Amino acid sequence: MTSTQLDAALWALGRGTGVVALVLLTISICLGIVTRSRQRFAGLPQYGLTAIHKTASLTATALIVVHVTTLLLDPKAQLRLVDTVVPFTSTWRPLWLGLGTLGIDLLLLVVTTSLLRKRIGHRTFRLVHWATYLLWPVALAHALGTGTDAGTWWMDALAASCVASVLAMAWWRLGPAFGTPIRTSAADRLQHPEALRTADLGRRVALVGQPARE
Amino acid sequence: MNTRLLIDWTRCEARGLCIELVPEVLTADDWGYPLSRHGDVTLPIPAPAIRYAEEAVRECPRLALRLIED
Repeated sequence: MTSTQLDAALWALGRGTGVVALVLLTISICLGIVTRSRQRFAGLPQYGLTAIHKTASLTATALIVVHVTTLLLDPKAQLRLVDTVVPFTSTWRPLWLGLGTLGIDLLLLVVTTSLLRKRIGHRTFRLVHWATYLLWPVALAHALGTGTDAGTWWMDALAASCVASVLAMAWWRLGPAFGTPIRTSAADRLQHPEALRTADLGRRVALVGQPARE
Repeated sequence: MNTRLLIDWTRCEARGLCIELVPEVLTADDWGYPLSRHGDVTLPIPAPAIRYAEEAVRECPRLALRLIED
């Protein structure tokens, strides 16, 4: 492979991983909202939704590592190591590239606190997790502002579907119907009639709590 | 040795993951909160379900679950 070919390959990989990471982050934020709602979605159980939410985020993170590495190696991008950590200092399009750097910082913060959820406690985890609502628009702006493919019909269509999905989910999230208790358990009980017999006893558990030690 | 599931009711918000993962032990009440399926409120976990109970403890979005051995 000639060095021109290698450069072209790196450039393509850098662009491609960036685009796919944006799609995965969109999926992740949408599914994050769905899991919070306690509603079922596309016939998936809560555990499945959570698993996809987690996998999509971690895959996006891995792709962004590749995205940054390839662009660091690419002579055309003229990226310095410091540009991957400190936003808005690059010589090339400081604002749009800096948004990408800011996105990385936020992503690392959110992913780390998620993985260390047990350690740092639920309250801190949830507080930091709100940063995703900043992270996603930042990533989108970076993709549209400095993405080589921005302006192509397919990238615009992709970005438009991402925006439409997140706006729809955010609208639902902030609306009055969000998080209303679901009553799927009625169907569950019909499927498992033995639970009917223990329902009253069990409800008492829910009210009183469990003995800590026997 | 008996493995039991402890639910912190101050944290639980009826997300329902545990009910999906350990259906041998849990079912849902009208509001989606976990409920002992067989009426044993100490929630003993049968051996084959322990790995799923551990996954429920790990993945509970509210960190409301614990396994204890006694």
